[in-house]
Amino acid sequence: MRHMRPLNKKAVRIDAYVASRTDDVVGLQDAAKQQRPHVPMGCSIMFTPGWEVDAAGGTAGLCQPVERDIYDCFVSCYWPAQVPDHLNNSPDWTAKCASATKDWRNLDLVFP
Amino acid sequence: MTATTSATASGTRVYRLGEFHRFDSAGAHFLYLVPAGAIFAVDDAAGKLIDCLAAGELPHARLIDDLAARGLTIGDAEELVAEMYHANVIVADDSTPEQPQDLPDVFPIQTLVMNLTNQCNLSCQYCYEFGADKVATPEGKPKFMDLETARTSVDFLLAQSGDRRSIHITFFGGETLMNFPLLKEVVAYANERVGEQGRHVDFSLTTNGTLLTPEIVEYLSENRIGVTVSMDGPKEMHDHLRVFANGRGSYDIIEPKVRALIQNHRTRPITARVTLTSGVSDVIRIFRHLKQDLGFHEVGFAPVTTSPNQLYAIGQKGMDGVLEQFHELAGEYLEYALRGEAHGFSNVSDTLAELCQGVNKSHPCGAGLGLLGVGPSGDIAPCHRFVDSDVHAMGHISTGIDRAKQADFLRRGHIDSKYDCHTCWARPLCAGGCHHEAYVRYGDTGHPNLHYCDWIRDWTNTCLEIYGAIAARNPGFLQQFAERKAE
Repeated sequence: MRHMRPLNKKAVRIDAYVASRTDDVVGLQDAAKQQRPHVPMGCSIMFTPGWEVDAAGGTAGLCQPVERDIYDCFVSCYWPAQVPDHLNNSPDWTAKCASATKDWRNLDLVFP
Repeated sequence: MTATTSATASGTRVYRLGEFHRFDSAGAHFLYLVPAGAIFAVDDAAGKLIDCLAAGELPHARLIDDLAARGLTIGDAEELVAEMYHANVIVADDSTPEQPQDLPDVFPIQTLVMNLTNQCNLSCQYCYEFGADKVATPEGKPKFMDLETARTSVDFLLAQSGDRRSIHITFFGGETLMNFPLLKEVVAYANERVGEQGRHVDFSLTTNGTLLTPEIVEYLSENRIGVTVSMDGPKEMHDHLRVFANGRGSYDIIEPKVRALIQNHRTRPITARVTLTSGVSDVIRIFRHLKQDLGFHEVGFAPVTTSPNQLYAIGQKGMDGVLEQFHELAGEYLEYALRGEAHGFSNVSDTLAELCQGVNKSHPCGAGLGLLGVGPSGDIAPCHRFVDSDVHAMGHISTGIDRAKQADFLRRGHIDSKYDCHTCWARPLCAGGCHHEAYVRYGDTGHPNLHYCDWIRDWTNTCLEIYGAIAARNPGFLQQFAERKAE
């Protein structure tokens, strides 16, 4: 809370309650901590530095192009998730995308 | 989407002030939220919001406009209102106060007060066990507890304490040390039993100090038994009412014994417990003598429990004088606390401990709930003050708690039954005050102690101010209170 500072144990509990009623719902929020927007650090399954945004919240400082992230899901990850799978159904999904930074627009939706 | 819904809801609300006590200390503003027992430091904007609603209720849009007129941006005002609304500082028609929880069917006991004897070698006129206002009816009952009753009591405590890891036994009387042999037996037996169960027991006793010997002090120290000495101050005050049967004062007997106790009992703090009466109300002098001359670690004061017509009762004027001196000592306590030092005025530290937890009591104390008294006969009482009273007996140690009587006692004493208290901001700590005092004054353990309401509110406010000042200037000092409460 911005206007009230808790000073005893009961006040701390009220503080947490008020925060739960007034704070925004944010992506990847952790209920145990104060819920604020934060930088997602890689996907939960594999560690990939530079996932989505850099430490400042943008894409300029990533160690590899942001568009390259797509291949971490498509090729190297065993978990068929946000992208078509390259093993069975869409082996050619990236055929028209030789360079992710330049050709990412050629990655299209898949309509089964 | 959540934001949209709540914005719509808040737009139609009509706000009024919730239940809180506002106080200032050390140049800062604070709120004590009554239904919760929570303490908050608040900024000027919060003060403005309270001022806006001081004259009466306001709809949401009007309130935001008023706040804007007082210099807040619309965004800030909306955020402030939302915070204060969800914390129940301000309420609207859709605020639903949570109903008090029902007591659990079985409430584990933590403390058993064992009256080892109802006999005493002093004849203090104000004694609640023997004086004019006594509730005890000891006729025909044993004068000393026997070993079997004592062991059964320990077993009873262990059985009734549920899964509490730590339990407490307090030895009481009469004069506790008139049955010292039994005390030793109980300590040995209880230690053996808790050892088998992997639990912990600690002990304390209250004594008038007359029977202390070097051997007893050594035993108490070795066994980490906390000691409270009933003592009313320097000789002329102490001897005013704390006398032997022949009228002779007891000060000269206990003074060297108490000094030896404080010097040689090294394992627990030694506390003095002062009873204030019409002739003994010079709080500061009593405190100086007990704390500085004799060296007690803590000194606590309580006005005598009595019906108002007793000569030794403290009248309103006497209580005003007491309160004034309490303020002076409280100011001293604060200075010590800001330097991080212990002062020893336990009326302050006990209240700070409760404020730190944010207690909001359904009952004024643990009597009949987590604490029970047991008399020499094995009769169970709500607490030591009701021991040996047939009217208040709550079963027997061999047959267990009389649940119907316990329920009746707890229902009477519950804050919900005390209508006079429902508009008082000090009720989270007071909850109507001592059951025994209420019985002596009003003939009903569930009657609120209306004769000291103003006094309680003033004292609670004083302690809140001290709490606020310490929180603002030396918050680390409060850590001891956060850890103080037993699990």
